[in-house]
Amino acid sequence: MAEIIITKENFEQEVIKSDKKVLVDFWASWCGPCMMLAPVVEEIANERDDIKVCKINIDDNEELAQKYGVMSIPTLSVFEKGEELRSSVGYKNKQGVLSFIDDKG
Amino acid sequence: MYDIIIIGAGTAGLTAAIYARRAGKDVIVYEGESYGGQIITTPEIANYPGIKNISGYAFATGLFEQAQELGAEVSFDQISSISGNAREGFTVTGDLGTQQGKTVILACGARNRKMGLADEEKYAGRGVSYCATCDGAFFKGKEVAVFGGGNTALEDAIYLSQICSKVYLIHRRDQFRAEQALVNTALSYDNIVPVLSNVVSGLSGEKALEALELTSTKDESKSTLAVDGLFVAIGQVPSNEFARGFVELDEAGYVKAGEDCHTNVLGVYTAGDGRTKTLRQLTTAAADGAISAVAACNFIAKSFL
Repeated sequence: MAEIIITKENFEQEVIKSDKKVLVDFWASWCGPCMMLAPVVEEIANERDDIKVCKINIDDNEELAQKYGVMSIPTLSVFEKGEELRSSVGYKNKQGVLSFIDDKG
Repeated sequence: MYDIIIIGAGTAGLTAAIYARRAGKDVIVYEGESYGGQIITTPEIANYPGIKNISGYAFATGLFEQAQELGAEVSFDQISSISGNAREGFTVTGDLGTQQGKTVILACGARNRKMGLADEEKYAGRGVSYCATCDGAFFKGKEVAVFGGGNTALEDAIYLSQICSKVYLIHRRDQFRAEQALVNTALSYDNIVPVLSNVVSGLSGEKALEALELTSTKDESKSTLAVDGLFVAIGQVPSNEFARGFVELDEAGYVKAGEDCHTNVLGVYTAGDGRTKTLRQLTTAAADGAISAVAACNFIAKSFL
């Protein structure tokens, strides 16, 4: 399914209350590695119906970035049942992101 | 069998692919991470001839598209071994499989050197960063440290001094290695505080980095420095380990080759930051790419009639 753009208005509904596992991509347009990661994340969003993929632009959502202790981007986080299970910093290839989602890394 | 196997899709490798494709050669480029190499973290390039100003991401993407449009194949696979010779061809193996080529261009580049501390991985992205321009904005108004004494460290300190309340500049020697002009600029800022003759020997903090343990290089004495962020700028390490024993590397791990980009193995060339050289810049990476591709083309013309 398509990626969902997150703001502080829909964060609760889309991420915390999601009944599917959620992959959150914290990014910014000025961050080269984030731009490299974007098509990888998008491809996974389109292929995987069992998870939800959410994008959080950290410039527009400083509070959310701060709340989850994001100090480096790109940061990927996996949420399940409202809890942040794990996070990872830096570019990953498709296989790397899939392993991270499924906790096989 | 490909005419040319290029390992690394940074500036050197992609330039080599462009030249090789324009010479009509079959080319495959291997990349273990994202294309573009180190330049993608640079927000602004202002020293590439003919381009006044461009982001590293835009530059890398333009180069990548140019190579692909010319017909270069790209495989996102991490090459872990290389063998063979010019007579029978070369074989490279990655996670996804094996490929053969008449020639090889090693354009594997370099990556940021880690400190080698036990907790380093744990604090990466939790206060420890290797890219001031990427992550500096997260430390607005906070006290941070830069570890290193070369040009990158001094540039990072100057950049961070505009964002952070205080920047400690930690260096193991008693004077900085960077260009004097940079040192002068850095020291002219009141909020850049040099901490010389010390190394970072430990990291601490509950959820994120809160303090550094420093060890004096003079008398081994230890001290603690409270900071929210640490920017590590202690140089690069080349990514040539998989080729050790196949081509000659120098002590630091760079592939030994002169400006002609010839390695000690016939039919194998090296380009970019992974080669022994004095100046590692986009322009010199691009130059190596062109030189190595033409060298490979000439070798193929002579050896495979």
